Amino acid sequence: MTAFIEPIVGRYVHVQIDGEINRIYFEENGSGIPLVCLHTAGSDARQWRHLLTDEEFTKHFRVIAFDMPWHGKSNPPDSGYGTEYKLTTASYTATIRAFCKALDLDRPVVMGCSIGGRIVLNLAIDHAKEFRALIGLEAADFQQPWYDTAWLNRPDVHGGEVCAALVSGLIAPQGPQVARNETLWGYKQGGPGIFKGDLYFYRVDGDLRGRTASIDVRDCPLYLLTGEYDFSCTPEDTLRTAAGITGAEATVMEALGHFPMSENPAQFRRYIAPVLDDIRVRNGG
Amino acid sequence: MAVSTQHHGKGPPVAFTDAAVVDAFRRIPEFLARDAALMARGRLLDVDCLLGPTVQPFHIAIRAGAIVDMTPAPVLMRSSRFSYLASPQAWAAYWQPMPKAGWHDLLSLTKRGEATLSGDLHPFIAHLQYFKDVLALPRRHGFGGAA
Repeated sequence: MTAFIEPIVGRYVHVQIDGEINRIYFEENGSGIPLVCLHTAGSDARQWRHLLTDEEFTKHFRVIAFDMPWHGKSNPPDSGYGTEYKLTTASYTATIRAFCKALDLDRPVVMGCSIGGRIVLNLAIDHAKEFRALIGLEAADFQQPWYDTAWLNRPDVHGGEVCAALVSGLIAPQGPQVARNETLWGYKQGGPGIFKGDLYFYRVDGDLRGRTASIDVRDCPLYLLTGEYDFSCTPEDTLRTAAGITGAEATVMEALGHFPMSENPAQFRRYIAPVLDDIRVRNGG
Repeated sequence: MAVSTQHHGKGPPVAFTDAAVVDAFRRIPEFLARDAALMARGRLLDVDCLLGPTVQPFHIAIRAGAIVDMTPAPVLMRSSRFSYLASPQAWAAYWQPMPKAGWHDLLSLTKRGEATLSGDLHPFIAHLQYFKDVLALPRRHGFGGAA
């Protein structure tokens, strides 16, 4: 066989979350420090495929990306069908911790984007000792809403089209067109109401203002990186959040928007490589 | 907090004149007519709306994705389903080949207070990417900014 086969391996792990088994799809590649990657609201772990195949990173890190329940190839839990999906701070935190425990990961690094960036802050607040380092992309304790999420799930508007069209403006114009298309394709494929349900966490339940000052980066280093074109979680939102956390590292990434790892992988690499190097050195690598 | 940034998202928009912005907006129907793929994406859209620069809005009639009429406002007792109006500086910045951060999307302009969206938004939201792309057409056709 001469066809190119990527080194990513995808499998399912059965994880008990809030008393119910969830069949979670995850992909991984590499060995070393476990690095768990969290996708954005309404999309799935395909966003991380470039990081998963970066040989420089996978030499030192076991890179793992999973589809949240209800997303990508992770179906809803059996009891979830017919109910309204709503992600909460508690359910999101429980899912990440249960997934890491199910894979028996030893103090993994967690890197999340958007809602994944927000929940990373909550991990830093409540569970820092379980992690070696935390990386929040497009992360802030709060940001001002800029549209009504009721438009995301109604019978007279195509859910996939509207989700993609709304977030299309969050992608920086400098990225390759194919990467832009692929990023939006993930949004066109989300289940009905899933993006909206994720944003319940982002908009309603997950306001961390007033809580982030308790983060102690001596327990777990915290890196925050936000794209300059992200007008949802703006650089100002991230810088304000970082200013309230002693020792947090904040970087504004040029020519990137809300989906740095998928919208322009090469540009993102310029910013994430030093972060991963720093984590590797801190851990004796 | 350690900060690494060369962030310049709040930079001023480009040089422009109101007349150049209005003239560029007037040419959108012609640009759209040359774009069969974009027209096809709007094939199920029929709507009368008010779009354009705040200094000179236009009543626009869209039928099957084509702009079939564009008349400067005000028009006595003319109805419209919704309006999207932005400042001339916002259009000038939005139409740059590489727009600056915060000036690069119709909804970043509303968030920063440079544009307003009002009325019955259903046709706009249901065809959001179509409207983003139609209203960006002067970018593709070399909007310069100055008259």
